[in-house]
Amino acid sequence: MVQHSGVLSRRDVLRLGSAAAAAGLLSACALDTTGAPGSQDSDGLVFYSTQLATTEEAESLRRQILAGFGTPVDYVTDSSSTKMFDRLRADAKAGTSSVQVVGALQGEIATLWAEGLLRDMTDVVEELATGAGGRRFTRQYLDLARMDGRYAFVPWIQASYLMAARTDALQYLPPGADVQRLTYDQLLGWTRTLQQATGSPELGLPAGPDGLLKRFLQGYAYPSFTGGVNSTFRSPDAAAMWQWLRAAWATANPQSVTYGNMAEPLLSGEVWVAWDHAVRLVDALQARPDDIVSFPAPVGPRGRGYLPVLGGLSVPRSVADPTASIELIRHLTDPARASTTLRTVAWFPPQDLAGLLGGLPPGIEAEAATLQAMITAPDALASSLAVGLGNQSGAYDKVFTDTFRQIVLGDGDIPSTLATQGAALQGVLDQAGARCWRPDPVGEGVCRVG
Amino acid sequence: MRRVLGYAAAALLAGWILVPIWFVVVGAFSSVARIYDYPRPPVPDWSLETMTFFVTSAGVPQALLSSVLVAVITGVLTMLLAAPAGYAVARHVFRGADAYRLTILSTRAFPVVVLSIPLAVFFLQWGVYDSVWGVAFMHTALALPFVVLMVSTVFAGVPVDLEEAAQVFGCSRFTAFRRVVVPIAAPGIAGAATFAVLLSYNEVFAASILTLQEPTLPVFVLSGLTQAPLPFRYAGALFLLAPAFLFILLIRKQILGVGGRPTLR
Amino acid sequence: MAEQTLSRSATTTGETPAAVPRLRRWVPYLLLAPSIVYLAVFFASPMLQAFGLAFTGTTGRFGLESIRAMLGDDRFWPSVLTTLLLLVVLLPVQFALALGMGLVVNARLRGSGFWLYVFLLPLGVSELGAGIAWYSIFVEQGWLNTVLQGLGIIDTPVIWLDYRDPVRVVATIVLAEAWRSTSLILIILVSGMRAIPRDYLEAAEVFHAGPWQKLRHVLLPLLRPTIRTALIVRTVLAFEVFATVVALGGTGTDVLATQANRAYTEFQDAHLASAYGLVILVVSLAAVAVILVSLPIRRERGE
Repeated sequence: MVQHSGVLSRRDVLRLGSAAAAAGLLSACALDTTGAPGSQDSDGLVFYSTQLATTEEAESLRRQILAGFGTPVDYVTDSSSTKMFDRLRADAKAGTSSVQVVGALQGEIATLWAEGLLRDMTDVVEELATGAGGRRFTRQYLDLARMDGRYAFVPWIQASYLMAARTDALQYLPPGADVQRLTYDQLLGWTRTLQQATGSPELGLPAGPDGLLKRFLQGYAYPSFTGGVNSTFRSPDAAAMWQWLRAAWATANPQSVTYGNMAEPLLSGEVWVAWDHAVRLVDALQARPDDIVSFPAPVGPRGRGYLPVLGGLSVPRSVADPTASIELIRHLTDPARASTTLRTVAWFPPQDLAGLLGGLPPGIEAEAATLQAMITAPDALASSLAVGLGNQSGAYDKVFTDTFRQIVLGDGDIPSTLATQGAALQGVLDQAGARCWRPDPVGEGVCRVG
Repeated sequence: MRRVLGYAAAALLAGWILVPIWFVVVGAFSSVARIYDYPRPPVPDWSLETMTFFVTSAGVPQALLSSVLVAVITGVLTMLLAAPAGYAVARHVFRGADAYRLTILSTRAFPVVVLSIPLAVFFLQWGVYDSVWGVAFMHTALALPFVVLMVSTVFAGVPVDLEEAAQVFGCSRFTAFRRVVVPIAAPGIAGAATFAVLLSYNEVFAASILTLQEPTLPVFVLSGLTQAPLPFRYAGALFLLAPAFLFILLIRKQILGVGGRPTLR
Repeated sequence: MAEQTLSRSATTTGETPAAVPRLRRWVPYLLLAPSIVYLAVFFASPMLQAFGLAFTGTTGRFGLESIRAMLGDDRFWPSVLTTLLLLVVLLPVQFALALGMGLVVNARLRGSGFWLYVFLLPLGVSELGAGIAWYSIFVEQGWLNTVLQGLGIIDTPVIWLDYRDPVRVVATIVLAEAWRSTSLILIILVSGMRAIPRDYLEAAEVFHAGPWQKLRHVLLPLLRPTIRTALIVRTVLAFEVFATVVALGGTGTDVLATQANRAYTEFQDAHLASAYGLVILVVSLAAVAVILVSLPIRRERGE
């Protein structure tokens, strides 16, 4: 049971069968399991990822990205971070190692790293980043991979969130507004005009169960309006932001509470203007490159807040011999594979893009240009995903979605809601003992809610 | 006149069931370009893009095999456990019968998701995590309380007089059970077993918590589906329906109980 | 098979009349034992652990912290109300549908096998699958609006899944659930109907009872135990419904099961999830108790 907890040996079956018989349960049906799928045997690696988790992404990875790697790899995926945490914790608890390579977001890896479940990847990152065939990792992403002064993971994939609109909507832009340089106020004016002109609410936000609205609040609205997140949570600037959001929501399709992936309502025409993760918009941009355009997130009074997303690869500490795991990481971060990843699943490599661009499919090309414009804009204000929250990251997100629901969906009083939720937020930060992260002033001691 | 009314009711109810399924079929066989059209076309353009994807997916045969094995183990195990219990509840008067019923139901009145961590740890320790056995054990536990109730209802429906008459004619109690009760109860029992098998086939949440490399078919197809693009959602949903519909076709006679209708006295 | 040998030994030794009562008294418990042991291992023990979680806070101390957090959540009472509303509306709809289907199946129409097959099809549809199908019906650019617009009933698409109108959202969930899970009730009802001796109905016909009278005075009373079972099964399952609620209601509509699930998967708070689990347990047992009390059955004939 060292390599695969899933493999049922014959002896296990007999043990189980006898236990069951003792309980007076089954006797006849526990005998023959030679045909059970659990009994297949292989020396392959298990690569478990929370990203590239949809059925088609997983299939692309298996067919195209893993192609050419010598050892058989069992790519398993489930987007639930809880499940990954439980799996690795259970492995550590039971002394097994059922996963050889982990693929996850920076924040998820930070949790695993804090619990001591991962191998120190410093040697691998340093080896991969040097030499003639070295990976040209972008400095910014290498910094994000450092935890406690060591590299917790190898940067693997990156993306961000941006906006998209149907070209039909562009004629309703407020006078003088440039869609590539929108302010939050212009965006609101635009969606208001759209609502009047079309008779129905045309803004779309991914506020559904699988939607990423919480990242809009944490990485876009808050930084753009207040210049911070936690340190400005209940500031007057924050109240202004919630006023804006409430007004914007009035121009949003109420079905937004069911949306998880904005490409669909954009394509069907239920919404005309939307914000979402680049990977979740790409289908719309690919399917109708002439009818749907992408553009950077708007700029607010304190800058153009945006949230870079970084996924990385690491090896669980429980893996006795990591040689094969490291080989797989080398394969996955290879520039050729990075290019394939971009073309098939639309995740960008956290490496120098120079060699990859050109000849890209139209939607991906458009996103690349938009992302580049957003990141290099002079007023760009990059947030970091929450770090150091450990097992409190769910509770942290809950504060933001609860605040959204109370103020925007429930029409609650802004100052009093911010006061109670601010207290809850402080409780989460205290419990985690988390220091502030960008764009809040990074300092010593537990982050204080302002 | 009553005939006509009967057929009208049958057609209406059948339409209620079939029309939503037809919508899924249209979605699954629409080309990606047409799937977002509105008003929705009543007939698809029979594009095979997305369906082909699922049919040729690498993990599908394995996942289908897992699903079938899990469902069969669940069905057998559930009946072995539930048949005696259901018989006892139906035929014996004993103290604690209601307490028993309430207790087994209470196990089912607790959301599965909350039980997942302790169970996953148990299963890892027993070495059945991520195996067909682990999932089947879980599904049996999920089906058992209801199946006990269903089976007891079936046994309760078999007239006691018949069983006693058989004993009067010299059968032992067991022979009476086997010769008289079992044949009459068989269709109902089969119905209960069907319930267990289909519950297992459709169950996604426990199965997705307890598996990673050995997913059942619904887990394999559906776990990535909530975030997948629309065409894949329809195709995945339809892809899952096909085996289930085939199974229901095969066993509907058992539920209907051809020739098993008890004619009494 | 254990239970058969058990019954046999009970009867063979039972030849001596004096031994009968004592042994017989144990027979039911022996028959129940396997299922009890099984559920104790696979359900009760993790459930007890979950109780423990519900009564410890995130700090790990014993106390009511998680319970208080749950009661203090502004979504708690709305989710309780929606859960009960769903149940109260859903059960009658489903029973009417199932009874209708059962009568059709038993009406000796031509192709009764076909009708039964069609009515059973939703058994093969998982909650997630039903959510996908019904979302495509009710979504703004969906099938319902296509049909209504085609018939000229509406001019522009209606937004059915509008969280601001809870009645509308609950109605869509009821329809989806009625579609998905009526087959289960149908199975139970049909097997109950099969067990009703045909003579009873023929006797009723002799006395010129109309179809409604037959239903009201013969069929329904005889089906009482069956209906009770179906009610209990369906009630308990209704508290677990969550995939269709999530698909159609999104984050704007909550029931207890979605709250428990969200607490666990999204907020990663096993304590809060367990507290919700506890509430679901208590409420569904209360509902079952109500059914048991309001629909008592006399045992057909005691042994």
